[in-house]
Amino acid sequence: MSVTLAGQPTSQKDTLVVEGATVRLAGDSGDGMQLAGTQLTGTSAQLGNDVATFPDFPAEIRAPRGTLAGVSGFQVHFSSQDIFTPGDTLDALVAMNPAALKTNLEDLRRSGILIVNEDAFGAKDLEKAAYETNPLEDQSLEGYQLFQVSMTKLTRTAVEGLGLSLKEADRCRNFFAMGLLYWLYSRDMDPTLRFIESKFGGKPALAAANRKALAAGWNYGETTDAFVSSFRVDPAKLPPGKYRNVMGNVALAWGLVAAAKLSDKQVFYGSYPITPASDILHELSRYKHFGVRTFQAEDEIAAICASIGAAFSGALAVTTSSGPGIALKGEAMGLAMILELPMIIINVQRGGPSTGLPTKTEQSDLMQVIFGRNGESPLPVIAARSPSDCFEVALEAWRIATRFMTPVILLSDGYIANGSEPWLIPSASQLDKIPVEHPGPRSNGEPFLPYTRNERLARPWALPGTEGLMHRLGGLEKQDITGNVSYDPDNHQHMTNVRAAKVANIADDIPPQEVNGPESGDLLVISWGGTYGACTAAIQQCQAKGLRVAHAHLRYLNPFPKNLQELFNRYEQILVPELNMGQLRMLLRGTFLQDVHGLNKVKGKPFAISEIVARIHELIG
Amino acid sequence: MSTELPVLTAADFASDQDVRWCPGCGDYSILAQMKKVLPTLGVPPEKVVFVSGIGCSSRFPYYMNTYGLHSIHGRAPAIATGLKTVQPDLQVWVITGDGDGLSIGGNHLMHVIRRNLDINIILFNNRIYGLTKGQYSPTSPLGKVTKSTPMGAIDNPLYPLSIAIGCEGTFVARSIDTHIKHLEQMLRRAAEHEGTAFIEVYQNCNVFNDGAWEYAKDRQTKAENTIELEHGKPLIFGKNRDRGIRLNGLDPEIVELGKGITEDDLLFHDEKAAEPSLAYLLSRLRYEDGFPEPIGVFRAIDAPRYDHELNKQIEVAQEKRGLGDLDDLFNAGETWTVS
Repeated sequence: MSVTLAGQPTSQKDTLVVEGATVRLAGDSGDGMQLAGTQLTGTSAQLGNDVATFPDFPAEIRAPRGTLAGVSGFQVHFSSQDIFTPGDTLDALVAMNPAALKTNLEDLRRSGILIVNEDAFGAKDLEKAAYETNPLEDQSLEGYQLFQVSMTKLTRTAVEGLGLSLKEADRCRNFFAMGLLYWLYSRDMDPTLRFIESKFGGKPALAAANRKALAAGWNYGETTDAFVSSFRVDPAKLPPGKYRNVMGNVALAWGLVAAAKLSDKQVFYGSYPITPASDILHELSRYKHFGVRTFQAEDEIAAICASIGAAFSGALAVTTSSGPGIALKGEAMGLAMILELPMIIINVQRGGPSTGLPTKTEQSDLMQVIFGRNGESPLPVIAARSPSDCFEVALEAWRIATRFMTPVILLSDGYIANGSEPWLIPSASQLDKIPVEHPGPRSNGEPFLPYTRNERLARPWALPGTEGLMHRLGGLEKQDITGNVSYDPDNHQHMTNVRAAKVANIADDIPPQEVNGPESGDLLVISWGGTYGACTAAIQQCQAKGLRVAHAHLRYLNPFPKNLQELFNRYEQILVPELNMGQLRMLLRGTFLQDVHGLNKVKGKPFAISEIVARIHELIG
Repeated sequence: MSTELPVLTAADFASDQDVRWCPGCGDYSILAQMKKVLPTLGVPPEKVVFVSGIGCSSRFPYYMNTYGLHSIHGRAPAIATGLKTVQPDLQVWVITGDGDGLSIGGNHLMHVIRRNLDINIILFNNRIYGLTKGQYSPTSPLGKVTKSTPMGAIDNPLYPLSIAIGCEGTFVARSIDTHIKHLEQMLRRAAEHEGTAFIEVYQNCNVFNDGAWEYAKDRQTKAENTIELEHGKPLIFGKNRDRGIRLNGLDPEIVELGKGITEDDLLFHDEKAAEPSLAYLLSRLRYEDGFPEPIGVFRAIDAPRYDHELNKQIEVAQEKRGLGDLDDLFNAGETWTVS
């Protein structure tokens, strides 16, 4: 769909050009903040800004209204520069009620823009948010540019005459807030008007109400004297091409669909609903016309076991979960490993242990996926670094799985899964094919040998239904070559060695680790997964200040790239920032027998760039 | 070129592996009947897959020259679900036991039956854990003294067929390991059924629970203690076929034929009844309550099959939307161009 500016009003007030802005909408979980944030993101992306987002919502679907527990927020960073994170501090905060103000204010920079819905600051609302005095009246907000807007009343007035109940009218407040932000940052309203048409087209009154609320918000900014000027953020200089905005979970789903097409396979997706992975199931269940079979299993174990069956049957088999579900899949992962069938096991990590923080991000399942199985059972592990990278990583996981006949573990996390960024849309014809071979039928009567191996130590993927290749697989140790059950001590040692060597061999099949920055220096930052953006931005800042700092972001966590050891030796110190208590750090120390510094945090939030910069300064002055 | 199908024999379905069950185990008989039935079904060995979990019975796939997957404890129904939905033309057999199917794998068994996946499940019920050497199982009777219940089992047993019927099973049957003609017939019926076919086989573990089913197997007593179900026929049993089952309100009772009671007064078996009540009632007839235990087909009805329905949705989606195209997928929705 092309972008038109038809009908877009132009502000008569002054417009200041700024490099970028970080804005957060915060309100009750029923206030539609996620929707508003998503719209602001899409609109900004279409204006050509680079965008990064951070949705932050409670695990409760609807915590009691107006309480601190029920606050839901959506942060958008849009910029005319290439950006890597949703931003450390907020330039503007919209707080729909006192609870939202209380839980989000600390992230707003001093003298930042604070827009509050003053109609929601009654005595009861303040009490629910545990405010003893009204912050709008007690001077506690003096350091900010405070705009008190009567959003509830203005929205109700705007939608008058459309026959909406008060409750329905109040549900339009998020569009009012959006309209005001669109004015403030000179955003184009057309994409959101189109969204309203497609979402509420069947309900003309609601569609009209949301249109009116959006316009009322825009007009409020333009007409009220409180707002003196608005801002403009020019398009970023992104590489030319066609773009769209993608969320991590969607990109992952599309990567799986693409991997299937490129290997002439069909996806079988066994899954049990779990936050924050369920959206992959929702997404894939819509692609039946791609031959995608989704199976919502009775539990996590059934989900992976059905995928194992599907892998035996010749599908691109996938199972997805988050930490607690991965724990349940452990035994079956071991089975898939010893069967040596290709499949993808996705862990969209969240805060742990146990149920932990289901809606918050963390990187604390690295040890779990590397070691979390009984016996000697190495599996390749790769990690996505950003929402759009999920697409690439899905293709890579399937490439490795089929070339080496092994399950591959793919790590994502809640931050990547729900975050979004612009994606340079690839042309399907330019994506590399993923060739997959199956031995053909034969009728010589000789028994088929399922555990013979090629030069990569991969065994043949013989499919049930093929004449003459009947064979039995199982979780018991198997004899080399024949695959028959074997308790022979030397055979067990041999098979254990071969399975380990096969996974280790993947290091020959992946690119050497790249480094951003000087070839040698005072410090090498090694990161993995969703901390990519914060680390990249932090290192750019440090390099700009003349520090001899370099950055290696790992996609491959098992096996490591072959040149990693050599990289270690070129820098005085190594720093590994992780949203866990030091899991990659322990792996690196154990693997390379060299000291590694950590920067560790488990607060359910991504790193701020400033936290990483501070740690770098601490280490190298 | 000849288009005639090759004539297969039991030997074509036997693998080259030595069978390693204890001598005298009931499993041998079930294996023999399976090898006898399969060549007569017109399905070549490469189209057949045996899937099992863990336990003595679960070694079964190793002894069949078909495709096979000896998996992990209790999970065979889940594995079969993926296998069958991807290749619906495969004939899939799940081999399980009372511990594998009803204890650790109870959840999967329940769900595969309610989905009516087109597979055949044979549950070898020996009322004991054999492979782990003699602990009580979920079908062991109350008071059963085993290695893990020296003072007797205190948990109520499960009855496999009651579970299967409770899960809306569309084909539910029972047979006995040594009752070879009957077993062969049941295996054939299961293979022919479209949907989940569930067969409980009374199987003797001669090492850890010898004689558990003796009342139903012994030549002298089996006519009194079992009742062979036949569709449309009254429930008559006994060596002289002189007793039957009659309904008294909702309760079954044993009556003697003659003395004013005729066959018409008896309960008639209807395996095709849409309502599962009769099948459930039959599954509750127990030897320990003084009833003969039914063997044969309790229920055989037609219903939509999961694998079939899932693949149909794919066909419908492809008809409606055309085969999925990656460029269409990537470019749908809001996009913009940077020049």
